[in-house]
Amino acid sequence: MTDHSLTRAEVEHVARLARLALTDDELDALTPELGAILEHAAQVSALDTAGVEPTAHPLPLVNVFRPDVTRPSLDRDEVLACAPAAEDGRFRVPRILGEAP
Amino acid sequence: MTATTARAWETVIGLEVHCELATSSKLFCGCANQFGDEPNTHVCPVCLGLPGSLPVLNERAVEYALRVAEALHLRVPERSIFSRKNYFYPDMPKDYQTSQYDEPITIDGWLDIDGVRVGITRAHLEEDTGKSLHVGGGGRIHDADHSLVDYNRAGVPLLEIVSEPDIRSAEQAKRYVEELRATLLAVGVSDVKMEEGSLRIDANVSVRPAGTTEFGTRAEIKNLNSLRSLLRAVDYETARQSALIEAGERVVQETRHWDEDGGRTISGRSKEEAHDYRYFPEPDLVPVAPTDEMRARVRSTMPELPAARRARLIESWGIKDEDARVLVDVPGLADYAERAVAALKTGTARDVANWVRQDVLAYLNDRGLTAAVLAPEMLAELVALVTDGTISRGQAKDVLAESMAEEKWPRDIVGERGLAQVSDAGELGAVVDAVLDANAAAVGEYRTAEDDKARQKKRGFLMGQVMRELKGKGNAQVVNELLDARLS
Amino acid sequence: MNDSALEIAADVRAGRRSARDVLEEHLAQIAAREADVHAFNLVTADDARKRAEEIDAAVARGDDPGPLAGVPVALKDNLCTRGIPTTCSSRILEGWRPPYDATVVQRVRAAGAITVGKTNLDEFAMGSSTENSAFGPTRNPRDLSRVPGGSSGGSAAAVAAGFASIALGSDTGGSVRQPASLCGVVGVKPTYGAVSRYGLIAFASSLDQVGPFAGSVADAALLLEVIGGHDPCDSTSIAEPAPPLLADLERGVDGLRIGIVEELTDTEGIQPDVKAAVEAAASALADAGAKTERVSVASTMYGLSAYYLIAPAEASSNLARYDGVRYGLRVDGADVAEMNARTRDAGFGREVKRRIMLGTYALSAGYYDAYYGQAQRVRTLIIRDFERAYEQFDVLLSPTSPTVAFELGAKTADPLTMYLNDICTIPSNLAGHAAMSVPFGEALPAGAPSGTPALPIGVQVLAPARGEQVMFRVARAIEMASPGGSRT
Repeated sequence: MTDHSLTRAEVEHVARLARLALTDDELDALTPELGAILEHAAQVSALDTAGVEPTAHPLPLVNVFRPDVTRPSLDRDEVLACAPAAEDGRFRVPRILGEAP
Repeated sequence: MTATTARAWETVIGLEVHCELATSSKLFCGCANQFGDEPNTHVCPVCLGLPGSLPVLNERAVEYALRVAEALHLRVPERSIFSRKNYFYPDMPKDYQTSQYDEPITIDGWLDIDGVRVGITRAHLEEDTGKSLHVGGGGRIHDADHSLVDYNRAGVPLLEIVSEPDIRSAEQAKRYVEELRATLLAVGVSDVKMEEGSLRIDANVSVRPAGTTEFGTRAEIKNLNSLRSLLRAVDYETARQSALIEAGERVVQETRHWDEDGGRTISGRSKEEAHDYRYFPEPDLVPVAPTDEMRARVRSTMPELPAARRARLIESWGIKDEDARVLVDVPGLADYAERAVAALKTGTARDVANWVRQDVLAYLNDRGLTAAVLAPEMLAELVALVTDGTISRGQAKDVLAESMAEEKWPRDIVGERGLAQVSDAGELGAVVDAVLDANAAAVGEYRTAEDDKARQKKRGFLMGQVMRELKGKGNAQVVNELLDARLS
Repeated sequence: MNDSALEIAADVRAGRRSARDVLEEHLAQIAAREADVHAFNLVTADDARKRAEEIDAAVARGDDPGPLAGVPVALKDNLCTRGIPTTCSSRILEGWRPPYDATVVQRVRAAGAITVGKTNLDEFAMGSSTENSAFGPTRNPRDLSRVPGGSSGGSAAAVAAGFASIALGSDTGGSVRQPASLCGVVGVKPTYGAVSRYGLIAFASSLDQVGPFAGSVADAALLLEVIGGHDPCDSTSIAEPAPPLLADLERGVDGLRIGIVEELTDTEGIQPDVKAAVEAAASALADAGAKTERVSVASTMYGLSAYYLIAPAEASSNLARYDGVRYGLRVDGADVAEMNARTRDAGFGREVKRRIMLGTYALSAGYYDAYYGQAQRVRTLIIRDFERAYEQFDVLLSPTSPTVAFELGAKTADPLTMYLNDICTIPSNLAGHAAMSVPFGEALPAGAPSGTPALPIGVQVLAPARGEQVMFRVARAIEMASPGGSRT
């Protein structure tokens, strides 16, 4: 993979995945920028990593648990006070068009 | 869609079952894991995904996963990790679900269904989402005006159990779910109530010409709220897919929703593209490496599994497979029956099983109760009363009904109602003798009857006379024996 | 310009100074210069005065308010403060009041410190100059035409300008050390897991750490002792309590082996005066008994590349939750997906969008392995190279920032130019190791006309994971040898 540039269509696709309603100007500007950054970032491919494990966690910790006990929840009024819209003790959103995946 | 198209085709089914684990608190936080309370009263920064919040794994959820591994013969790899499944949906507080992807906690198990082994690919832990209510448009998502979200359920621990595509019929699918439910109930990890959503099923269904081995394209069916829906949906899909293929078309790999009212599946494809979940290892949680000590602890607390319990009851009680299945499947019923058997003074376990399977179960189903409300010792007493001949089987049905409804001891009911029948051979024998003496002519006709039919008629008459004398309180079995003895 | 935390606390506890007086002195500094510097998004003067009174009352009662008694502290505005707006300098969280405090905030308050305000940052901690703030940049108190560095520019400036004695920031790729270097104060990135991230609004979860700013190495040590140590609310937090740092601070460097990282010090792009400062510091350490020489940690050259795949990837997932549903900005839409997308486009600034896009792409189907996957493997190589180096050396040295403070607007045209500011700091985040910046001398910006004020240089000390004790000793020795005198 030597060419790391993106087409505008690819950028549009990524914007959809990221739920960003980018304007045409933003898309125009971002397309070359992303390509340039990726070009630089792709230098990682120069290193031979055959047989090397990825580091997902820098600390070698395992088995961190909490006991199965209940603790006080937040007060609902405090929670809903931050909500952009609320109704009947719930968060209100505009209609949802599709089922959950 | 006619049934005839289904005959040339084989249905191939894989089931994904989501089971809510009955822990006290949620998977990653201390909010109560509780169904049915006021919306948004069991939420905190963690399960609401507030900025800055972090998850901490519930130890009991891990223990429950290991218990299920024992019950379903799943392997437990040395370590497993959590991964983020990234997608947007309003009931997802973080717009990613913390789940397990390429390193799940358990893999490669099986469940035997009526002698057929169904493979289980994996069982992994993940957090549940919140719930949306759709307002306007009759509550259906597509016609709604807006939606309301409750996050009480967000963060509840789920175990997702994925079967291999080893199931070959709707009925077998139903049996798989029943057995899985009974197993999960037996190991105490969930209350598995489909009606409350603590057990949810998605079915992957495909068809192929009977006798072939290559898999067809599958559709994923969601929104199956009951076993009946599962049966109907599988049958519908089999017919739909086979009809498509016969018409020269292709089955599309997609998600479809079961429409209960319409009795059909509906394509869930929207204009949005297929989901790219961009899974990556969850950086906020560290790996889980179940220790030998943890696994030993789990093994030592494993209860008897349904298959083993059924086998034991069939063997020791001499009951039929079907009856054993009912006893073990219905929550609490086998416990009740076994305690009744333990309390028996006279009578057989098989008698107990029959009463439980018929009258007790009917009573409980009628009133929507569980066996936990009944006293098994009372049933034991009832069985003894019948075995001793104190009451007849017919009388016992009524006595049992009253005993269950009023929580009264059967012996007391018999006394109150004066139901006790006479069973003493000496006492009965005297009456039989008296009746035979008083009806010498009939006895003679019995002895000289031309054929069986005539003989039975005379005998019936004599029997009736004896019972009349006894005012119906004669133990019929004993009377019959005495009559036979006197008349022979 | 900066009032020592150790001295303030000692004075307040002993009753020699009142917390109220100390506070007013700092509030006066804010009144005098904040309009020019813009270190704060919010100054919390009233709350601070109330708290100061409480501290003084406690002292009068004979109680001990704690090791930070009466010390004014500034908090980066990505640390959750209950009931107080926490914005991450983003429009998408403008006005949001968290219902909980970050663990580090609880700890500094419990130690008696007084929060004077929430400091400005690059939006969501993404940047190296604080020019990406939605609320305007912060200016370097040493030269108002120049940047203070980033992303914790506000906290660094607050300490440098005497608005607070100490401050908390966060460091993901250098966001505490680099602004410390540009503003002439001490800044520390602790070992990953040494300080709780609970309540730190996440940018890149496997890289983020909360870190102290202070006017002296000793003050930084004090603050780190207070905030560090295990937190059960953070699964990635080290199990043990914070190690003591003050006790051995003056132990000196005799016999220590110190390596100067070639790839970070000798590389093109490092301003010659900055490189000279590192060598002068090394020289001073040698005079004090340490052994110093060059060392190669080759894969650190790939740190920037790996970072700009890993950090945006994690960020793209961490920032998905800002969807207009539960808190923060909402821009309406015909349906929820449109609402999400419009909200995020309106609420996020340019750099944040850029990184979300980059990260989403690096994780997406077909690209994961070449980008994110490869970067995480390169990360392992970097860790191994460091481990090899630490077999021969106790600590390492390098510049903190390639240059002294640059002018506002000088590097905003091209993202990559800005990213290059972090080449020396990024490797420690990738490795999860400890590192800190100590002021050492000054220099004119490259090519600046005479008469331009000289600007601070920072020397970076790098230590292995959990190597804070030796790191602080070396830092203290550097501080004592720094031109312009030590801090006592």
